[in-house]
Amino acid sequence: MKKLALAVAAVALFAGACSSSDQPSTQSGGSSVTAPAPKGAGNAGGGTLTVFAAASLTESFTALGKEFEAQHSGVTVKFSFAGSSTLVQQLTNGAKADVFASADQANMDKANQSGVIDGQATVFATNKLAIAVAPGNPKGIKSFADLNKAGLTVVTCAPQVPCGSATKKVEQNTGVTLKPKSEESDVKQVLNKVASGDADAGLVYVTDATSAAGKVEKVDFPEAAQAINNYPIAAVKGGQAELAHQFEEFVLGTEGKNELTKVGFGPAQ
Amino acid sequence: MLAIPATLALALVVLPVVGLLVRSDLTRLPSLVATASSWHALRLSLITAGLSTVACVLLGVPLAVVLARARFRGVRLLRSIVLLPLVLPPVVGGLALLYLLGRKGFLGMLITTLTGESVPFTTGAVVIAQTFVAMPFLVVSLEGALRNAGDRYEQVAATLGARPWTVFRRVTLPLLLPALGSGVVLSFARALGEFGATITFAGSLEDVTRTLPLEVYTQAEVDIDSAVALSLLLIVVAVLVIAVARPRSWEGGLR
Repeated sequence: MKKLALAVAAVALFAGACSSSDQPSTQSGGSSVTAPAPKGAGNAGGGTLTVFAAASLTESFTALGKEFEAQHSGVTVKFSFAGSSTLVQQLTNGAKADVFASADQANMDKANQSGVIDGQATVFATNKLAIAVAPGNPKGIKSFADLNKAGLTVVTCAPQVPCGSATKKVEQNTGVTLKPKSEESDVKQVLNKVASGDADAGLVYVTDATSAAGKVEKVDFPEAAQAINNYPIAAVKGGQAELAHQFEEFVLGTEGKNELTKVGFGPAQ
Repeated sequence: MLAIPATLALALVVLPVVGLLVRSDLTRLPSLVATASSWHALRLSLITAGLSTVACVLLGVPLAVVLARARFRGVRLLRSIVLLPLVLPPVVGGLALLYLLGRKGFLGMLITTLTGESVPFTTGAVVIAQTFVAMPFLVVSLEGALRNAGDRYEQVAATLGARPWTVFRRVTLPLLLPALGSGVVLSFARALGEFGATITFAGSLEDVTRTLPLEVYTQAEVDIDSAVALSLLLIVVAVLVIAVARPRSWEGGLR
């Protein structure tokens, strides 16, 4: 009986360990979209490509993944979308992935220094900030300086995350210091707080405001050009190198450009 | 026979903490913890968890008594609804609070119209979020104790001429004290660790809404070492709370 209990426990532990390594872990703030895997497809002529991508790439990469699957029969693309630094930590701690797409150079550098990146990272898109406001812009926000108007509830990203460091850069360049009611840990949270009406304005990426058209309205401001974010993509060490490079080229190619431009990303400079 | 699963269960709780300890750089620990923002977060955490524990007691004790003693139809349903925050994913709790008390929420709109203030992004919102998730712990411990105790003593007191309030004060409350102790400790500890509902409903701003768990999350974005150090601080505080306030009912004694 003792042996049986031990065996059961061992199997349970093992099963737990396996399921947690198959699945890209979804920590708080992260989300993972999994395309349905064809049953019994195996590895013959395809397999599963796992892509870790910044939360701001959710819409464009989900669409790109579908197109990629259509062009590569038998290939299933699985995504784990979360904050770039969360993804770097997961990779550093042994999460299995084939491709990593970061929302900034700093996190790609971190991944590179931790030795999880295979080869060179390539910048595939750029992004910049925009102000998200309620539809119809009831508070009449037209410029970055308007965010300091009295009685306005403004939400930004925390300086620790890419959209927050871009916000800080704009503040330094304009000399306008914001007094946010909250510093969120990812840009989608900022967007949600504007969409729910609890914040009057939020600093998000152009792409987030574009993707949420209808729920929020986008106000562009010229100073955003001084804080452009580069989005690098790279293959992950220990992953399926060939398939990873095919996906990279796909993102860098015409299909990728079209899909990324659609949600407001700028071209790589 | 029981030793093996029991050991595994214990290992599941203890080993992750050991993992944190092993991962942390003990020599740098003091300097990592002793930053202005972590003290702000710790102070805010202790204050808000304290306030929400008070709120849990003020609201939860009467609720537990009603649930244990009431004889009306639907009381069982009510009992399961009270447990809802225990099983709800924290973010769902936060969203629920936001759609009630946020500026567009039906109660929140009323509050904004009447007072000109809004609830989200305030320290009060943190306390509400913590109370929401912590109260079931208090209600469950109390309600169980009340039902085990039965109402014989109360009935005797009543037949001897004690008024309801006297019965509650002199008979029910003393019977409840041990369970109240464990309920208070559990709800304080739960409030201290609250994360999802807070970040969704209250936001994250230093000295206003960024409690220790939120500070850990924010730090993890840039400096995992300091996030680990702060996690250890949180664990130390939680263990201290439980050790200092450990109620007698946990030590094997019957009431």
